[in-house]
Amino acid sequence: MHIDEYSEGSGGPAHMDGIMHLDKLSKIEGHGSLDIKIKDGKVKYVKLKITENKRFFTQAVLGKSAMALPAMTSRICGTCSIAHLSCCSEAVEHAVGFEPTDQTIMLRKLSLYGMTIRDHALHLYMFCLPDLFGKDSILDFDKSQDEMVRRAFAIKSAGNNLSKAIAGRAVHATFAQVGSFSNIPSEEQVAAVVKELKSVRNYAIEFIELFYDCEFKLERDTNFVSLVPKDYAFLGGEVVDSKGISIPKEEYWDFLNRIIIPYSQASGYNFEGEEFMVGALARMNLNRANLNSRTKADASKFMNVFPSKNIFHNNLAQAIEILHAIDHSVELLESNEFKEEPKTPVPIKAGEGVGMLEAPRGTLYYMLSINGSGRVQYGNIVVPTQQNQICMEKSVLELVEANLDKGKKNIELAIERLIRAYDPCMSCASHFLKINMEGL
Amino acid sequence: MKIGWFSFTCSEDSTILWIELMNDNFFKWKELLDIRHARVLKRNNTLKDIDVAFVEGAITTDRDAKKLMEIRKNAKKLVAVGSCAINGMPSAQRNLFDEKLKKEIAFLLVRFNQADKVRSIKEIVTVDDEVPGCPMDEGAFFRTLDKYLQEFGVTNAH
Repeated sequence: MHIDEYSEGSGGPAHMDGIMHLDKLSKIEGHGSLDIKIKDGKVKYVKLKITENKRFFTQAVLGKSAMALPAMTSRICGTCSIAHLSCCSEAVEHAVGFEPTDQTIMLRKLSLYGMTIRDHALHLYMFCLPDLFGKDSILDFDKSQDEMVRRAFAIKSAGNNLSKAIAGRAVHATFAQVGSFSNIPSEEQVAAVVKELKSVRNYAIEFIELFYDCEFKLERDTNFVSLVPKDYAFLGGEVVDSKGISIPKEEYWDFLNRIIIPYSQASGYNFEGEEFMVGALARMNLNRANLNSRTKADASKFMNVFPSKNIFHNNLAQAIEILHAIDHSVELLESNEFKEEPKTPVPIKAGEGVGMLEAPRGTLYYMLSINGSGRVQYGNIVVPTQQNQICMEKSVLELVEANLDKGKKNIELAIERLIRAYDPCMSCASHFLKINMEGL
Repeated sequence: MKIGWFSFTCSEDSTILWIELMNDNFFKWKELLDIRHARVLKRNNTLKDIDVAFVEGAITTDRDAKKLMEIRKNAKKLVAVGSCAINGMPSAQRNLFDEKLKKEIAFLLVRFNQADKVRSIKEIVTVDDEVPGCPMDEGAFFRTLDKYLQEFGVTNAH
């Protein structure tokens, strides 16, 4: 990646030894920092520190009622709380041997779609869009760009309202629970949501084109990993990687190596002993054949870049996933009737269970062990940003090494833009970004 | 009205909700509010001369406590937003751990310079208003915002 397109000025020579400290990276979810040491014109190290202060959820879940657990662990993260809620519910269900109804699974998919539209829109339109126009913030767009900004918020609103209709709230949803949903959307609610989703569909295609035309590039040879559900619904399917591995979710942990990163408040992970990447780019590389047929029809001309190893195509993949989430949600909502179902009690018994799904930022894994009193004995949670952490660090090193002559300010902006492309969530991984750069 | 939006240890749920409220209020707020500090929305932030600081999250380190005091010093009014800011929970769940669990996490508290106890905002600085909820209650937020818009002589927005 070359960064000489920046217009803010060089920020001075970049050939002095020392530490570069990038403090409080902006426009991402959470807090983090980056230390970069440069000596004799070479990058000695890059340390990506997740500085979101630990809240010790893994310890706090111990002894808690498994049935109440999803509402608690959803508090790990505001923006992807529905992912935690759904994944934790699935882990509890598997632990006690409970099969939710097809309608519950469908409502879970729809609530995940609502979250994905809203969360991808937050990342793409609020955090990344200003980069495409050389602005600091969406607050800085001028009057001539008002309509584009209005359309961005309209898409985000449609996702927000889909989540509200299905799950009660977009953040820390109230209807989703272990085994079922406590509320079924009314016909009027479904009709209103379908109308709103349809009204923003063309806007979503316009934004796909915008991110397709974006020339930001940093290519990495890395392994991509994701669940590959047959309907691309973020739920279900086996875990697949770029090298051809296909495993059931119950075996996922066996393929992970936890890496203690002493300077970061979150552990990193390798998959099969090597760095890897999860998220929209991984999903698009591995599962685009299963996108909704309407999405494929209208987005095919933007999909010729996949499979891609350009990290910035994670943004394009997210833009396409917004369209897919709209199309598949409309299909599910229009072709099904939602009815009150008899409540089948979820049994309280001992067992171990795995929950796994595709959160907006990638694969989310829960493993829970529950005792005979329905209390949690052990919990293990692996979030997407932890899985991408090593890949992110190496990408930054490559970026800085290739651009040492571009000046500190330009390098800082480029690092932020690159890390933003990974769409890290530091609340989940433990918040985001300060950068210390020694040598500049 | 000059505002800042700040986040400490939490899930940032109220920050996310604030941005969701922009779906219907962005252009109105762009006219009425000078957002001087909001890391989630912009890189170029300033702490200087803030009328109202909205603060989300609990305080888990002495460093964050100092930052909070700095925000308080620069803001005419300070509003604690959401459950973690108001009563510490659930970020303060480690305060309630038994001795065994406390021992288990002790080395991490040392490694990352965490304070012995997680504190709410009002345990450290004077708080003028609170917007409760997890995430914050939308109605309570609008009422608080309206109150300060009037107090600072800006046309009522809602």
